[in-house]
Amino acid sequence: MSSMPGRAGAGPVAPVHQKGPRRFWIQQFYGSALGKKAVMALTGIIGLGFVFMHMAGNLKIYTGENADGVKHIDEYGEWLRTLLEPAVPHTGTLWLLRGILIIAVLLHIHAAITLSMINRRARPTGYKGGRTYGLGGTYVARSMRITGILVAAFIVFHLFDLTWGPANPDFERGQVFHNVTSSLDRWWVAGIYIVGNLALGLHLWHGVWSLFQSLGLNNPRFNTWRRGLAWGFTVLVVGANLTFPIAILSGAV
Amino acid sequence: MNLTLKVWRQRGPSDAGHFEAYDAPGITEDMSFLEMLDVVNEQLIHSGREAIAFDHDCREGICGSCGMVINGKPHGPKKLTTTCQLHMRNFRDGDSITVEPWRAAAFPVVKDLVVDRRPFDAIIQAGGWITAPTGGAQDANLTPIPKAVADQAFDAAACIGCGACVAACPNGAAQLFTSAKAAHLNLLPQGQPERWSRVTAMVDRMEEYFGSCTNYGECQQACPKGISIDFIAMMNRDYLKAQFKDRKRLVGASDLAGDGAG
Ligand code: FES
Repeated sequence: MSSMPGRAGAGPVAPVHQKGPRRFWIQQFYGSALGKKAVMALTGIIGLGFVFMHMAGNLKIYTGENADGVKHIDEYGEWLRTLLEPAVPHTGTLWLLRGILIIAVLLHIHAAITLSMINRRARPTGYKGGRTYGLGGTYVARSMRITGILVAAFIVFHLFDLTWGPANPDFERGQVFHNVTSSLDRWWVAGIYIVGNLALGLHLWHGVWSLFQSLGLNNPRFNTWRRGLAWGFTVLVVGANLTFPIAILSGAV
Repeated sequence: MNLTLKVWRQRGPSDAGHFEAYDAPGITEDMSFLEMLDVVNEQLIHSGREAIAFDHDCREGICGSCGMVINGKPHGPKKLTTTCQLHMRNFRDGDSITVEPWRAAAFPVVKDLVVDRRPFDAIIQAGGWITAPTGGAQDANLTPIPKAVADQAFDAAACIGCGACVAACPNGAAQLFTSAKAAHLNLLPQGQPERWSRVTAMVDRMEEYFGSCTNYGECQQACPKGISIDFIAMMNRDYLKAQFKDRKRLVGASDLAGDGAG
């Protein structure tokens, strides 16, 4: 703790965030809240790349099948496993990507939890007479923790449903089209996908805008289209994702 | 105008504090908010009660001492206006007005509406200065500065250190203040030699006492001087760049801690 300039009649102001002595720079960097925010932004970008590719890949549900009668989406699933073969062993590239994604998600969550704890300590008492926020967006931004938890819970369900199978009685390994359509045909599963994606939408809407700020990628020339980019990305990803449960439930696919 | 006030009363830092209601009759719309409080305090003193303690000095919106939360907004309902510059014409006859001190761990309540803002001073001590010996006054325009840069530095320097940004932030973060103080030096030639150590030292000191930024933008809404969160992005960028600037690791926050302004 540093020395505090004097003020008559006032006690010490307690710090909310104690940092240890100087360590290896990356530890020191991640030990700072600004560093954690940068890590959240970078891991968020990895997440954005994933949700975009995931959405784009899923669109193959609509494109039908190849000459051999194999659904395009099943073909695409198999292609992911054989990516960069033979230079890389079977499923090697996929596991590399999964590894990056898992590390990114864990770091994102760790930074979120530790920052939340600091922030709670920094504002121990709220406004007893109420507080009127100036921006509607603040309510979305303030819900990042809730939407983050919802998205995480949704991802866990999604893995049990379509990756590992226990949440889907008709699950057949590798049969992507069959698994998706049989699972989302259940109205409550479709409901979970819709709610999960709406939560993802709120999370993306603040996240896409916010990451530029955290990384200091800010310039009056393009600041105005950061909001537009956040809207566009969110509407594209969530909009496309929402068509899947709706199309399957309504029998269009 | 006749108003009803609900004011936070707290005897000292360890007192729990509570709201107390007061009538404020005979207020004219040309009074400032502080003058209105003066009138209420006169009444309180005449009736043998203790006056409401609040910080104030310049009463012209430049010293930054008059911060309080009025009806749930730092410095009250009018944008770009400090409490001392807020006129009662912004309220209506019969209004009930709630007045509360800043709320943040870094700003403990000293008494009633007065908070202790020393952590701001600690941030300035960490890096809000330059060490270049200035010598005799040099000729004007000897150091050319592009107009746009000078304007931006001036926008940052408009910060009066009132703490409304911290008060407005749900995280009790001081990013707007710190970034304004860092930017107004980091934009100008005189600030360049210490740019990277400055931003590191100020951010490190800030993080000891304040929360972290979640990019709500509420600080910018509350700032009576209209300081933009673009300065926060600039501080973030400088902090990231600073990680790679100091190759010899000569300067760390701990080296600069506390001995700057002394
Ligand atoms: S009293 Fe100085 S800014 Fe209000």
